[in-house]
Amino acid sequence: MDLFEYQGKQYFARYGIAVSPGDIADTVDEAAAVAERVGYPVVVKAQVKVGGRGKAGGVKLAENVDEVRMHAGNILGLDIKGHVVRRVWIERSSDIAKEYYASFTLDRQNKVHLGMLSAQGGVEIEVVAEENPDAIAFLSIDPVRGLDLETSRRWVNEAELDEPAREQAAELLVRLYECYTKGDCDLAEINPLILTPDNRVHALDAKVTLDENAAFRHPEWEEFRADEFEDPREKMAKEKGLNYIGLDGTVGIIANGAGLAMSTLDVVNQVGGAAANFLDIGGGADADVMASALEVINSDPKVKAIFVNIFGGITRVDLVAQGVIEALARVSITSPIVLRLDGTNAVEGRAILAPHLNEKLITEPTMLDAARRAVDLANA
Amino acid sequence: MSIFVDENTKVIVQGLTGGQGRFHGLRNRDYGTKVVGGVTPGKGGTDVDGIPVFNSVREAVDATGATASFVCVPPKFAAAAIIEAAEGGITFIVCITEGIPAQDEAITYNRLVEDFPGVRLLGPNCPGIISPGKCNIGITSGDIALAGGPVGIVSRSGTLTYQALYELSQQGIGQTTCVGIGGDPVPGTNFIDCLAAFEADPETKAVMMIGEIGGSEEERAAEWIKLHMTKPVVSYIAGVTAPPGRKMGHAGAIISGSKGTAQAKMEALAAAGVHVCLNPTEAGQKMGEIVKAL
Repeated sequence: MDLFEYQGKQYFARYGIAVSPGDIADTVDEAAAVAERVGYPVVVKAQVKVGGRGKAGGVKLAENVDEVRMHAGNILGLDIKGHVVRRVWIERSSDIAKEYYASFTLDRQNKVHLGMLSAQGGVEIEVVAEENPDAIAFLSIDPVRGLDLETSRRWVNEAELDEPAREQAAELLVRLYECYTKGDCDLAEINPLILTPDNRVHALDAKVTLDENAAFRHPEWEEFRADEFEDPREKMAKEKGLNYIGLDGTVGIIANGAGLAMSTLDVVNQVGGAAANFLDIGGGADADVMASALEVINSDPKVKAIFVNIFGGITRVDLVAQGVIEALARVSITSPIVLRLDGTNAVEGRAILAPHLNEKLITEPTMLDAARRAVDLANA
Repeated sequence: MSIFVDENTKVIVQGLTGGQGRFHGLRNRDYGTKVVGGVTPGKGGTDVDGIPVFNSVREAVDATGATASFVCVPPKFAAAAIIEAAEGGITFIVCITEGIPAQDEAITYNRLVEDFPGVRLLGPNCPGIISPGKCNIGITSGDIALAGGPVGIVSRSGTLTYQALYELSQQGIGQTTCVGIGGDPVPGTNFIDCLAAFEADPETKAVMMIGEIGGSEEERAAEWIKLHMTKPVVSYIAGVTAPPGRKMGHAGAIISGSKGTAQAKMEALAAAGVHVCLNPTEAGQKMGEIVKAL
């Protein structure tokens, strides 16, 4: 789960990382009230989960309440790369002497944590990496040992941060590492991390991606979830515990296992169709899960045919078949369903379906045959 | 020959008394695997369909001589279970658990490397390993595999592993061993580990490699193949049509920026002399041609 900037800053604050005082606003009136409370000058920042806000006009400085009202009015509702701004974050403007970059993420190749620190912040780190790779100090961190203050100090020196920033930055990086590890982030990034003219170091932005697998030990993530604005199809799927990504095609896809689901998308594409979604019902899917999956797909008006591609392993095909029958009894599915069932208990599964087959409930022996049939039906 | 396991491998199941552990543990035993014990704290002294249950891995190993463990416990407990297996004397750990936090995986992987260098972890979030006719540890349905070789399979995705087995078995082509390495960001065993083992195994004559978007393991495997692999490799990469920036189910399957795309992986593999196919069926057919020509 990607966090909005304001959520990232709230998360940072939990771990003692200095951020600018501020608050969120969903309306122009709220924005004015927050600005009065925070004190001028303020920065009005669009809250969208996409980069390039500044260039799109989503970040503005305001000296007084009239300017806050004007900027908040312009930014709220603004479309930034397909993301409509529904909320702004208003914080006290900071004077900036220097801009740095800091982040922690997993180095998948070496299976350790990777810290990146640069005295050249405020621009995209990918650009720095391309044009001036020596400007980034990389630090490999053994997840068992973690990051201590001594190492952090050496790292800050190596990155050649300005002298007055070094000790504060070293301490802040240890806290950011805590946030990244104990806080179960896939990514914790500060860009820019700033040094003010009066020699204070703090986070001016926050980019945080949380690892959903760790949600069980983070009840505090609930409030982040409540503030998510998402595709209604994805929201419904999430409520039902399904792994769903909305796409633009006409063939609804249900598969078990991420690899098979991806492959199903590919095969539908290869035979001339386009998938309406990615939906992995996961391992051990039972009748309820299958019924929920069909309901979610059925709610998408673009879907003209549904392709259910199951290869049972931990998932039992008989339970999937049962789920299809139950779903058909529960909701009226508008599109024809093409099934391909193999693997654990496939014989039992096919036997359960046999008496129910008709022109809107079809089975095909192979993945390719089923894809062709579903695409034909969707294009008919 | 098979890699990593064989007909003599003795296996314990951590979580044998749970629903999934019981179903798959008993299925593994019915397949002919030597499932010699189960581990569930507090349930020592009981049994599951005749398989003795122990309170700890150490007790189970002492009593049975097991060297392999099938970890089938919920994500919250999986990291601790893997470490317990290593501490208890197990040298081959198969963890099928899906949904383990990445931070736990990173710590567990590095603890094994540092403190238990002789231990191999397969997974997490993988279907396991099957050497047809000899040993099946995990959740793969044994009836889709065919004994006798000559093909080795290594795959990042569970269901595509089954698909690959099925495509080959349908044509009467057997497998020496089929390894599912799993789709998580920190897999215990990677493509190169398996490719090297297949290269060294005289009975394996060709290898099917199933990858997917995300990370750079396929590219690294391509480099290794170019330098060291003498046997033909057929590959299929899932996720050609995946949109960037979205996690496609597996935590590891995400295209970030221009990195991790199926296209880049396919190009790297093709440049290393691998037969790159566009779907699992095509990969199966290609392998059919190669095996016929052996």
